[in-house]
Amino acid sequence: MRAIKVLERILATIPIMFGVAIMVFIFMRLTPGDPVDIMMGAGGAVGAGEIEQLRAEFHLDEPIHIQLWYFLRDAARGDLGNSYIKKRPTMELIAERLPATIELALGALFFALIIAFPIGILSAVKQNSWLDRFSMAGAFLGISMPAFWLGIVLILIFSVKLRWLPVQGRISYDVNLQEITGLYVVDSILTRNWPALKDALRHLILPSIALGAAVAAIVARVLRSSMLETLRADYVTLARAKGAPEHRVVLRHALRNALIPTVTVIGLQVGVLLGGNMIVETVFGWPGLGRLVVDAIFNRDFPLVQASVMVYAFTFVIANLIVDILYTYLNPKITL
Amino acid sequence: MTTTPAPTSSWARARHLWGLRWRMMRRNWSEFAHQMRKHPLAIIAAVVILLYILAAIFAPAITVHDPTRGSLRTRFEPPFWMEGGSTEFLLGTDDQGRDILTRIIYGARVSLLVGVIAVGVSVLVGLTLGALAGFYRGRFDTIVSRAADLLLAFPFLIFAIGVMAFLGPGFGNLILALTFKGWVEFFRLVRGEMMAEKTKEYVEAARVSGMGKVAIITREILPNIMQAVFVLATLRMGYMIIMEASLSFLGLGIQPPTPAWGSMVASGRDYLLTAWWVSTFPGLAIVGLVLAINLFGEGLRDVLDPRLKIE
Amino acid sequence: MTQEPLLELRNLTTVFPTRRGEVRAVESVNLSLAPGEVLGLVGESGCGKSTVLLSIMRLIRRPGHIAEGEIRFQGRDLRALSEGEMRRVRGREIAMIFQDPLSTLNPAFRVGDQIRESLRLHHIVDGRWPWPLDMGARRREKERVIQLMEEVGIPSPDARYKAYPHEFSGGMQQRALIAIALACEPRLILADEPTTALDVTIQAQILDLMKRINERRGTGIILVTHDLGVAAEFCHRIAVMYAGRIVEMGSVDEVIESPQHPYTQGLLDCIPRLGRERQPLSPIPGNVPDLATLPPGCSFAPRCPLARPVCESGPIPMVRLARDRRSRCLRHVDFAREQGWTWGTEYEISNQ
Repeated sequence: MRAIKVLERILATIPIMFGVAIMVFIFMRLTPGDPVDIMMGAGGAVGAGEIEQLRAEFHLDEPIHIQLWYFLRDAARGDLGNSYIKKRPTMELIAERLPATIELALGALFFALIIAFPIGILSAVKQNSWLDRFSMAGAFLGISMPAFWLGIVLILIFSVKLRWLPVQGRISYDVNLQEITGLYVVDSILTRNWPALKDALRHLILPSIALGAAVAAIVARVLRSSMLETLRADYVTLARAKGAPEHRVVLRHALRNALIPTVTVIGLQVGVLLGGNMIVETVFGWPGLGRLVVDAIFNRDFPLVQASVMVYAFTFVIANLIVDILYTYLNPKITL
Repeated sequence: MTTTPAPTSSWARARHLWGLRWRMMRRNWSEFAHQMRKHPLAIIAAVVILLYILAAIFAPAITVHDPTRGSLRTRFEPPFWMEGGSTEFLLGTDDQGRDILTRIIYGARVSLLVGVIAVGVSVLVGLTLGALAGFYRGRFDTIVSRAADLLLAFPFLIFAIGVMAFLGPGFGNLILALTFKGWVEFFRLVRGEMMAEKTKEYVEAARVSGMGKVAIITREILPNIMQAVFVLATLRMGYMIIMEASLSFLGLGIQPPTPAWGSMVASGRDYLLTAWWVSTFPGLAIVGLVLAINLFGEGLRDVLDPRLKIE
Repeated sequence: MTQEPLLELRNLTTVFPTRRGEVRAVESVNLSLAPGEVLGLVGESGCGKSTVLLSIMRLIRRPGHIAEGEIRFQGRDLRALSEGEMRRVRGREIAMIFQDPLSTLNPAFRVGDQIRESLRLHHIVDGRWPWPLDMGARRREKERVIQLMEEVGIPSPDARYKAYPHEFSGGMQQRALIAIALACEPRLILADEPTTALDVTIQAQILDLMKRINERRGTGIILVTHDLGVAAEFCHRIAVMYAGRIVEMGSVDEVIESPQHPYTQGLLDCIPRLGRERQPLSPIPGNVPDLATLPPGCSFAPRCPLARPVCESGPIPMVRLARDRRSRCLRHVDFAREQGWTWGTEYEISNQ
């Protein structure tokens, strides 16, 4: 039963992905000037015959719906065109940068959850205590703070003033690391390269905090309010009446039910993590997808922008899919 | 309550009706003010927001410096309490020798204007489409809802960055980029509320009494939804301001030399080691404004939206 | 009574501080329950009867707390136990059944696992290994759960073990809750309106089940209900509560046949009875009083047909009219004075 529903949910994302692709295509067409003109601007002067040839190569001489068909067909094959500037397939360029972005997003998510869960749970258990008030004030601040400014303040304090952590990059130049997955923390563990692990983690801390702070704040607030609700539920009284110790009442009976709304919110925060990483990568010189996109925008390298936006959107859709599936396992009442 | 007999002439009747409405509004307002008094933080926040607005309007009267032109002689002056600082530049100067406080005050114009216009347009579009879709349903609802679902597949900032990349920077494009996705939340709220309200008795009563559909939507149902919309609009305002600042930070929003907080923070990034104040203070201005708006919105929600439809 | 009581409440008082002052939800309640006895605690909603049960379990939610009194269970004062010792009493020796079975079962866990949790929390099934490793103990626990489900009348328990609460009907949910309560074979079950949320036919089945449990296992039961009819059918003794106090107590027959307190009389007059359709029902006038602003005297006086001005002037003591018959009414106090009765025990006037 549940497997069928999960499958249905997976299939339901296909039209969304299609829609995303079509939308990106439309935006591409909305830009002033056609791709060949822009390419010429970027790549230097060429003869008129060559321009015609390029137009034919990009199918620009054909009607728009045929162009859309070619675009979708190529996209389905994973071919999103070549970068104007670097003259390489955009997907290759993205694939090179993706691990760094994933590492940062996971680092931020890890930071956010490790902060949000204890705070959310304790604030609910000790409602109106000083801990609760202080944490919720902090959460409010976290929501109202732009990630780029938080990143800069963190650099000012921990890198410039205290000199505890590095300012920029993923890893120091003098550290050798054999890449396997592209996630430096994972790679250094796999190769048992402890100095590299320490170095990679030191680089990862500040960007993860800058990116994860807003997520931590939102998740903590949602978890707290859901916990306040579930802690008052009858089944929590029953658990106590059964003789369950308090930690079991809170962490099993109340938390398990509070997780249901919280997981949905965490899923929505994946969007914040993806959007914010462009900002945080810029602040910390993190060589990820976000940097690639921002550079591509300033270089007017539209195929690369287009491909990256699509990759971001797909990642978001897939992340939400995962959350939805997780949700069905958390909530036995769910009918997708 | 004393009731005056309803007048007969049409002019007098109109005046009578407006008088009633006015009294209703007065009563609602005093009730609202009374409720808000229980949220002192929200009132403080409202005062802070007002200060920002006043600063933005009267910027030229508040400062003596030029926000866009500096002098090489006054580059990187520190804030007044630091060694080498002077009271002429309270919060120091930037790489082009411009007074940071002045630029922050002028920058409030951009943030507030973008926030208000982006939210305003989003409300307008979302409210109209949501009301129509929720009331009439049918194919129109299906199409708009699908479009909304599609837009939800993009993270907000990614979408805005993508739009700005294709359209190019500028104030109008910035508003377009923010509203292109911003309307969706208002659409969803209004549509859902509309569908819920539509089945209630008072709507049926209006229908039976021969009221037109447009009149039912605008005069009967929308007034009941507006409070929730207003609360959501306030809460979205802070988000929009952060988004604008983020785009400007990346260089995709407001272009120099117009002072915008995001680009001011960006301009100080290269001088973190020597002049920390260039980036820090504009960011603080953002935090202050967004914090105030969020606090105010939160208080507003407690008062106006006790059923917690939002968030 | 020669036998030592299973449970004895002495002067139990539970209070909730509120903004408008302290609410005394339970005020000087004295009760005793013999082993195997079924006691009905009857009263309108908000009269503090559920609070009595939660006080016995020491599960009153902060900032509410037990202000005074003793809760003697099998000779021990539960109030003197540490939280850890109290946990070993809850579920193991005293179990509780709640009013709304759907919201009382945890929606996220399988019904069978929720029954099993009681077994595991009190180590009912011994294993040789730490719990998650001991497959033998796990199997025996599961067998015991299925046996319990059978006992409370859940059909095809093997299949139902894995079901979630929302997949059960209301009656089945209540049976599952009873199975949870029975799991550790407690000496005492506190049932808080166990049939209120159910259909009438299901109500009878559940009461029947509880009666069987009482008879077969000798489990003492305190049944809280607002329904005198249910209490009359099911209980050995009845205590009537009003505004936090017990106003009348006695055996079922005596209380139903010859109610002494005007409030009990009023409650009985509210019940429609077969064969008496032509007589109009006579509701009790007025509303349940606000516990935060109780008058000093009899709290029922404002609604009482027999009230006199003196009723509201001071607290009314309990009068022990016969061996197991008590009433808290000024009329009985006057009667006791005439007879020359004195304070029998600490809390009541009697002729002994």
